[in-house]
Order: sequence, then C-alpha cells, then structure tokens
Amino acid sequence: MYERNGEKYFVVDGHIHFWDASPANWIKGQEQYAEGWINCFHAYMGLAPAETHWPIEKFQKYSEDQFVKDVFEDGGTDVGIFQSTYLKSWYVNGFNTAEENAKIAAKHPGKLIVNGRWDPREGEAGLNQLEEDAKRYHMQGVKLYTAEWYNGSRGWRLDDEVCKPFFEKCKELGVKNLHVHKGPTIWPLDKDAFDPKDIDVAATDNPELNFIVEHVGLPRIEDFCFIAVQEPNVYAGLAVAIGGLMHARPRFFAKVMGELLFWLGEDKLLYGSDYAIWEPKWQIEGLLDWNYPDDSEFSDYPAVSDATRRKILGLNAAELYGIEVPKDLQLPDEAGAPAAREAAVGVESS
Amino acid sequence: MTTQERVLEALEGVIDPELDQPITSLRFVSSLEIEGDGDVEVVMRLPTPQCAPNFAFLMAADAQEAVRRLPGVHRVSVKLEDHYTGQEINTALQRGEGFAGAFPAETDDDLGALRELFQRKALVARESRLCEALLADGATAEEVTGRRVRDLPDVPDTRRCLELREALGIACAPDAPAFVLPSGEPVEAGELKRWLRTARLVRMSLEVNGGICRSLLQFRHGLEIEDPEEVLR
Repeated sequence: MYERNGEKYFVVDGHIHFWDASPANWIKGQEQYAEGWINCFHAYMGLAPAETHWPIEKFQKYSEDQFVKDVFEDGGTDVGIFQSTYLKSWYVNGFNTAEENAKIAAKHPGKLIVNGRWDPREGEAGLNQLEEDAKRYHMQGVKLYTAEWYNGSRGWRLDDEVCKPFFEKCKELGVKNLHVHKGPTIWPLDKDAFDPKDIDVAATDNPELNFIVEHVGLPRIEDFCFIAVQEPNVYAGLAVAIGGLMHARPRFFAKVMGELLFWLGEDKLLYGSDYAIWEPKWQIEGLLDWNYPDDSEFSDYPAVSDATRRKILGLNAAELYGIEVPKDLQLPDEAGAPAAREAAVGVESS
Repeated sequence: MTTQERVLEALEGVIDPELDQPITSLRFVSSLEIEGDGDVEVVMRLPTPQCAPNFAFLMAADAQEAVRRLPGVHRVSVKLEDHYTGQEINTALQRGEGFAGAFPAETDDDLGALRELFQRKALVARESRLCEALLADGATAEEVTGRRVRDLPDVPDTRRCLELREALGIACAPDAPAFVLPSGEPVEAGELKRWLRTARLVRMSLEVNGGICRSLLQFRHGLEIEDPEEVLR
C-alpha cells in the first residue's frame, strides 16, 4: 500500500527484476554481450531523476536488502510480479531466473509473484520444463522474450507454428498471463524486429489467454495500439513508458498516456516500474500527480481521474492475477465498472 | 565551399529511416576527418550498442554513398563505433558489400522493403501536421481533402513529404492530391477524421522514439540537451 496525504493506494508492480549482471556471472567469450546488455539498461536509468541514479557496480548486482527497501519500504508495493529474464547465452546462472526469483519470493509470502518463461524452440523438453515450473512456482504467468538467442537462432515470433503447443499447455496449466517483450532482435535481420503483429494472431487464436505487451510496444506503439484496440485480451505494460519518459520527456509521456487511454482505455493499462532499471517511488509519485499539460494539443484525450490512476497502479493487475484487494482500497462500485470504450469505436488501423 | 563543408552538407541529407530525421541533428555523426587529397573518415555512434542492425546499416551505407558522390572526395570510410554488430557492418561497407554481405546466410535482403515501410509511416506522420494546421485555420474536411500539392505551404514538412512521395512512387505533381493514405490513394473527406487519428498516433510514435534515442545518446555521451522542442522536424 502506498500512502500519501492520508490517501491509500493499492500497488501492484507488474514488472520487477532481481538480477545478477556482475562480471562473475558473464559467460566466457560472451562478455561483450553480457556487459553491453547491462550497460544498455544502465543508460535507461539515466532517464530518471538524477538523485535516483546508481553507479554501474551497484546496478550490476544489488542486495536483497536494497530490493526490499526500494520495492516494499519506499515503493509501498503490495504485490510485485517478477518477470524472469534468463539470457543464459550470456549469463552463467541466467540474468534473473524464476529459480532465483522464487528464493526471494519465499521470504515474502503473498508479496511476490514469480512468472516463468518458455521458448518454443526448446520443443518437447521446453513443454515439460514449463509444466514442472508452473507447478513448482504456482505460475499464473510467463515472460516471453522473443529476442533471446538460442542454438544459433536469434529470435522467434508468437505466430510461429511451434508456439501452438505452448499456448495449449499454458491453458491446461492455468498460466493465463503472457507478458511479451517486443525487443531488439536481429532475426529475421531484414524485417522490423519490433513489429508486434505476431501478437495479433496469437491473441485472436487464444482468447483464453491474456497478452500483456510490455513497454507498450515501444518503439512500435502505433502498431501495438492498432492491434490492442481490436483484441479484448491484449493489455499494455507501462514499464519503460513511465520510467523512460515521465521525467525525461514529460510531454511525450503525456501523449503516450493520452493515446493509450484513447485506444485501449484505462482498464487495459498496468503499472510496472521495471525495477531495478528505475526505482518505484518516483514513478508512483509521478503517476499520482500526473495529468496532461494544460495545452490545446492534449485537449481531446480521455480525462484522467482518481479511479484511472488506481486502476493503472494496481487494480487492473490485481484482476488479472486474482489478487485480493482490501475493501477500503477498492473502487466504489460505480467507478469500478469497465471504462467506456466508445471513444475508440469506429477508429481502426488504415 | 570546402570539402569539409560539402561533406557536412551531404551528411545532413542522410536520414534515420526509423525516425525520419537527419543523422546530423540526431548527433549520430561523432567525428569527421578529411586527410590529404580527399580521404574522408566518418565515425557514427548510435544511442545504444543494441540498436537494430538493419537501420544502423542503412544509415551507415547511405552516409557512405552520400559522401562518395561528392567532388573532391577521393576515398571514404564510414565506421560505426561501439555497436554489437559494428564489425560486420564496417567490414561490409569497406568491401562495398550490401547488408547481405555483412551477415551472410542470415539475410539475402537489401532492406528495400523495410526502408519503404518506414517511409510510408514518415509520410503519414508529416502529412498529419500539415493537415492539422489547415483544420486549425478553419478549413473544412471537404476543403482539406480537396487541396492539391500546389496548395501546400512551402515548409520543411511539405518538402519532406514530397521527397518521400517521390521515393515511394506516389504522384507529386502540383495537381496531385495534397493528402494521401500510405498506399498513395487520396484521403476522402468522410474518412479524414479517422485517418487523422491514426496519423497522429504514428507521428507520436516517431517523435517519442526520437526523444528516447536523443535522451539515451545524451546520457551515454554526456551531451547537452539542445532540442527542447522535441518534435519531428
């Protein structure tokens, strides 16, 4: 619970990490990628307020105490969702695996949800592993990282035929929340690797599953919005949109939020800090204070209310993950009704 | 005009295909050296080492081509620094090989389709701003969609739109429609509102990506922020 000026907010952080990217964990011969990866993340931290920047050594590997302080004590997070990111081609023990995440989760019962992963290129063995992981970690969700390298392949897509058995397995196991990272991959090299169109196919074919597109499809937010407006089971994870823009480019942040509220509506947006790229506290504070600049350029975006902020900060994710929200932190019944979607009706991709 | 000035001017004409902005104003050119009888060395940097290799290649190859054409230039070398596929790209450029040469067995494409896709996005994004200005001046949907190329104001957006249309094979004669869909078909009055809504989203995306790229580059290289306006120019 995040408390400010006597007001209490239920916070579900949809995107947190506890990683080890220290040199001791770099795979021999792959150091340039392992180092490049964490340096790239660190550059993103530079988009936050200066007083929250960390030196690279701390950023490569931070302590459990630090995690507890930043996420729970200062961030007031009620429930955090670990998005496991393996990157085992570059990091000896992985970047932040479900196994490592589960160790911390066990120490904070009810406060941390461990999401796993799957990779369709692993075939039968991957399906078995998914089943094992799902049972061990009581998984409700996975993070899918289509850019990951594997046996000479440098990426995959959700509309690949090999994904189908994995979707079926997810339904069978109750792993219903699929967080998809659309990120840099160099395969297929000649296409636009950020293109989220594969999500369109997967979401249409699998209405029982929820597809949470992390980082709101940046840098292809327009393609993402065109898809999301048509698919009731597509959601937007705001990690990076908040951390990367709210402080560094506030007018752009307002435009991104305005477009997302217009195309997707306030029931489809999930807060995520992407800790430890950015600390949660300034992001939550910023969201609570946020509104559009007073400027005609923003005048026709959907209005932002207290209910909008509460939904984004925690209530939407609580719904997806079946997290119980204390009565006094829920919305009054009338405000909790699904947001009006008429604003987006009749507008579709050209 | 000195060779240095000519080279700089040529580089200003090289566009980041993903952002539709010149590589010079994005500050992707980190150094430029001219030696002896016209040996030019251009070094380029990108916001992160993980920036997409396809776009990186297009920019580096375009820069090389733009400089090579200049009078007084004897040899040109363009190098991409601090990028995870920099070595492959630099070697291919040196040998005069295309993208497929940089990554043999991984692609046989010359990136033409990718470039075209982003040219269409850029066209829509820039048209939307010209169109919004007309509507803000009180023009009706019928009036706006009735405008011809010759009616467009002589501003950077118009000039860039016409460059893009020409590259895409979309008519740019003075009597051609001023506002076209990505396919080149004219925008109809009845669909103007809807078209504008999507076009504005595309423009926002281009601008936001440009903003993130600028911020990352600034942070990585300790640069001063010189573009508070932040919009697509």
